[in-house]
Amino acid sequence: MKLTGAEILVKELIRLGTTTVFGYPGGYVINIYDELYKQKEFISHILPAHEQGGAHAADAYARVCGKTGVVIATGGPGATNLITGIANAYLDSVPVVFITGNVAVPMLGQDSFQDIDIVGVTLPIVKHSYVVRKINDLQFIINEAFSLAEKGRKGPVHIDIPKNIQIEAAEYNPSFKLPSDKKGVIHPSYDKDSADINDAVSLIQNSKRPYIYCGGGVSATDTGKLVMELSGKIGAPIGMSLMGIGSVPASFALNLGMSGMHGRLASITAKSEADLIIALGVRFSDRATGKAGDYAKNTEVIHIDIDAAELGKNIRPTVGICADLNDVLPILVDKVKTKTNTEWVEHVRKLKEKDRIIPSGEFTPSNIINCVNSYYGDDTVVATDVGQHQMWVAEYYGFEKPRKLISSGGLGAMGYGMGAAVGACIAGNRKRTVLITGDGSFGMNLAELATAVTMELPITIILLNNGSLGMVRQLQTLFFDKRYSNTTINRKTDFPALAKAFGAEGLIAENITELSEALEKASGNLPFLIECKIDIDEKVLPMIPAGGTINDVILE
Amino acid sequence: MSEKFIVGIIVSNHFGVLNRVAGLYAKRGYNIDSLAVGETENPEYSRMTIVSTGDEYMKNQVLRQLEKLSDVKMVALLNNDSSVSIEHMLIKLKLGNEGKAAISDLINDYGGNVMDFGADFITAEISGSSEKIERFIEAAGEIGILEVCRSGLIAMLQGSDSVFSAD
Repeated sequence: MKLTGAEILVKELIRLGTTTVFGYPGGYVINIYDELYKQKEFISHILPAHEQGGAHAADAYARVCGKTGVVIATGGPGATNLITGIANAYLDSVPVVFITGNVAVPMLGQDSFQDIDIVGVTLPIVKHSYVVRKINDLQFIINEAFSLAEKGRKGPVHIDIPKNIQIEAAEYNPSFKLPSDKKGVIHPSYDKDSADINDAVSLIQNSKRPYIYCGGGVSATDTGKLVMELSGKIGAPIGMSLMGIGSVPASFALNLGMSGMHGRLASITAKSEADLIIALGVRFSDRATGKAGDYAKNTEVIHIDIDAAELGKNIRPTVGICADLNDVLPILVDKVKTKTNTEWVEHVRKLKEKDRIIPSGEFTPSNIINCVNSYYGDDTVVATDVGQHQMWVAEYYGFEKPRKLISSGGLGAMGYGMGAAVGACIAGNRKRTVLITGDGSFGMNLAELATAVTMELPITIILLNNGSLGMVRQLQTLFFDKRYSNTTINRKTDFPALAKAFGAEGLIAENITELSEALEKASGNLPFLIECKIDIDEKVLPMIPAGGTINDVILE
Repeated sequence: MSEKFIVGIIVSNHFGVLNRVAGLYAKRGYNIDSLAVGETENPEYSRMTIVSTGDEYMKNQVLRQLEKLSDVKMVALLNNDSSVSIEHMLIKLKLGNEGKAAISDLINDYGGNVMDFGADFITAEISGSSEKIERFIEAAGEIGILEVCRSGLIAMLQGSDSVFSAD
């Protein structure tokens, strides 16, 4: 059976399980869009306001439901608008397949209209990429792209499909399968009785103050239960990177919360006192370690990650194991002998107790986050933008389940949130989704509010408005003698009116009671924006300055 | 401690692969001292030999990051003591007062070949270790060098092992 490139693409997307694509039409993808129109019974298409929003939506979609996100954009500006979204998926290891159209193969590189070497541009921020130069390669490439995005350490894969390839025809195999030897899986470096495993077990056995450090890998593999089992068996508290939040319930007695630059004091304290760090699915980014040279200097480190290149990249582990946590954690849990570490466990329990925020009626970020948290409970997905509000969510929102906090971790991309909320809401079958954002971040991609209105998505937007770019202002306060260079944005935007202009609803809450009432009102099938004005000098604390250690921690 | 190391890589014989490999070095600020690339006995694959300088950390990162590239099929570290290597050079020399005979003697001493010559120049080919080539350049410097073109090192494992079976 001969099909055109556009037909093959859409047929393969459907066959590979794609039910939703995010994208924006244009001249160089019009054939693909024609095919999407014909197949709309089987595959739905979400039209964002801007390709960047679509890219963030597909990324969030993948984070929430675990399926690979798919984005389609036209050549030239359509493709370049994806860049931040691709980089975001790359740094947070999210499986997304990005498909761009381009000029016909003979015109590539001639500076034709909207002719950009987009594969050249995305080269350092993708797991892999393709320019389809022969129609006969298309089916294979689509299949391999999905396989690469999903296997081993997940990530974005980019396929550039020139216009003529979409039109030309080739033999289509409706039951195509990739050869099984195709690359993509990183081969584990251990077996059950290998020296590495035995070394890890004896390090754990000899440790008096073990600390388990969970990253995005624990969320991605859904191995929180195994981690808790290990924690209980060896008397180890648990701390998390931003990407690890939710992998273990916040309410778990030994979960001390996020560690790192803006970690909870209990978590960073326990980590600095530990004699063994068991790092699971983390990459020890600078935000997590502070000064890498001093990090875990007198501490043993067991580092387990699916990406062998992460072992020793930022922190040199005592034992490094390349493995899928689903395979290796049961072995560790099974092999270690039960130990209590009573003194240590008591100590960290007390740390956690002390770390609890004391509720008060004031309209502070922590109380606002708490109020939203108690209203929506454990099952609601919360997307954030980037900045102070993001760290407040990470600190104070008690996530009980994985895949509920959707946040730009590695890239720290302001403007991620609104598109992400759209993708997250669609991935969750249009269940109510929360976006917690700031006035700076929201301003970047607020046009996606239009997408949410068109799609009738029940998104509650909590906008913490401090009239400034708060995270940078905080740095200027602490380290630049209060020279507030370009961070007091002082816009006159009427956010509730803006929401209404988009066809959404919005109001201002000035205290916790009004916020609670507003949350009640946010019940229809429309986005609902609640603006919370907060003090311009609210800070994210504690804070370990960049390149610092726990000795440099700022508490007030 | 920084030292030179040689990496042999088998990659898909495909456009853009060189960009990916070079980009991997460039993004981390690792300098490539030399890079040689050509098709293997199987036209589906090309082989690269890359020489760079760095410490143990950089060496490990290079090897592990290379292994992650989808187009990279095999990576092997080719140590001096476990591999054979050779480099080629074309060098154009100015004919001056020394006369053609003296220069021909020098080329012969290094086992080189004359590839081209004229009234006022001679172009020679020299092969061997990088050190030998550098010694020749130094000696020829006294005569007058018009142009140098080096191929970069190519290297193979000693014995019957091949990169395909190296661990």
